[in-house]
Amino acid sequence: MVAANPQHPFAAELRVGIVSIQGAVQLHAAAIARAGAAWAPVRHARDLAGLDALILPGGESTTISKGLERVGLYEAIEAFAQSGGPVLGTCAGAILMAREVEDFPVRSLGLIDIIAVRNAYGTQVDSFATVAQGELEGLRAIFIRAPRLKRPGPDVEVLARVDGWPVFIRQRNALATTFHPELTPDGRVHAALLELAQKRQS
Amino acid sequence: MSDQAGNGSKRNGGPENATAQSFELKVGLAEMLKGGVIMDVVNPDQAKIAEDSGACAVMALERVPSDIRRDGGVARMCQVEIVEAIQRTVSIPVMAKVRIGHYLEAQVLDALGVDFIDESEVLTPADEEHHVDKTTFRSPFVCGARDLGEALRRISEGAAMIRTKGEAGSGNIVEAVRHLRAVFGQIRSLAALAPEEVPARAKELRAPLDLVRRVAETGRLPVPNFAAGGIATPSDAALCRALGAEAVFVGSGIFKSGNPAVLGRAIVRATTHWNEPDELVAACRGLGKPMEGIEMETLDEKQRMANRGW
Repeated sequence: MVAANPQHPFAAELRVGIVSIQGAVQLHAAAIARAGAAWAPVRHARDLAGLDALILPGGESTTISKGLERVGLYEAIEAFAQSGGPVLGTCAGAILMAREVEDFPVRSLGLIDIIAVRNAYGTQVDSFATVAQGELEGLRAIFIRAPRLKRPGPDVEVLARVDGWPVFIRQRNALATTFHPELTPDGRVHAALLELAQKRQS
Repeated sequence: MSDQAGNGSKRNGGPENATAQSFELKVGLAEMLKGGVIMDVVNPDQAKIAEDSGACAVMALERVPSDIRRDGGVARMCQVEIVEAIQRTVSIPVMAKVRIGHYLEAQVLDALGVDFIDESEVLTPADEEHHVDKTTFRSPFVCGARDLGEALRRISEGAAMIRTKGEAGSGNIVEAVRHLRAVFGQIRSLAALAPEEVPARAKELRAPLDLVRRVAETGRLPVPNFAAGGIATPSDAALCRALGAEAVFVGSGIFKSGNPAVLGRAIVRATTHWNEPDELVAACRGLGKPMEGIEMETLDEKQRMANRGW
């Protein structure tokens, strides 16, 4: 467990798990530490005990999916989310949280009523950065081989869009972005996760 | 920089019609590959096996390093049709190798939209003085390095990821360990220097002062640092992770083994769970025959691929 920063508004006792099968774990950890909470890697179901929130990071969704399956984390994460645990998925993490996955489907958790289309923008040469439109003003969003989200269900709140497509969504305690908030210093997406965790605690 | 003719103002650079991508997007993909295994493949069937084993990317090349070593001849970029077939077959990132300094091979791969270009010592070098100017391409580049100076020279040319070289196609982890210890040892010793001592160290390293200062201040390379060369078993992959590599490249090890699918899965598992002995034991079970290894003493200097690149 990494030490929390007592200077920050978020309760220092908040503990965020980061699924560490494969992907950009350290950057999420740095963002959580900057927000004043503690973090721990999650590689097994037992690692979820006592966590206040969970992050499914970006990486390769096929790789992460196979790893989750091998260690039995799909069922454990579903149980964590069903018991009200806040979950944030970014890029590959968003794919894994969707109800359905198109184009080279992987098993998903179905935490958000939406369809994720993998590699919808193309290969790495089509990766891009832009400013997303929505509640969070001036939200700079970096898309790396990103998926596209479509057909959000009635319970899905779209918090930000790019070219009309949802890029930041919420359904109850589940948050997902198709961009990478961990690649920019803007801490507002991570703050949204920690707010959900704090509400659940109080 | 040499005075090459024929490429207009974009010497040693990317395609005329493409805008170079920002460095942050290039490093962004490298960040996403951390904790994973990138597997060498020579055809779409191998690429499918690699993806099914949990590879986070595949590396397309004409021949795996152990075959290049055995058969000799000039080793070049993979055929275009094979790169395209691999891109159609898998959903994970597709990387491909070009010869050192061969910026026209790199332009071909960039135009194909490959996800990463490896300017690799495993292929026969095309230029014995100059590496590709990697800043002008859309695709990010990964380059090999044996020590910190070489890593920073490649980063100054625009590399968005470094992989320690090891000795490709040898099935022997000793050179990968040597290069990882060199890079991380030199980073640690930089951190101990007084600011006024850094310029002299930069000269010793033959690396740009601004990059050396940055490493001295942050205690890390400015781009992700992976390992390659000689990884043949799950324990080899775990050892590289323990020594600081953030992900691993496996070349001949997987498809020259008795059961590539099983060994591929095992190396992926060991790369994720490198610091969990129970998981490593499980990963090491039932692997069948690993690839044959080569003792370094039996290779003379000319046969060592790691010595290519400058």
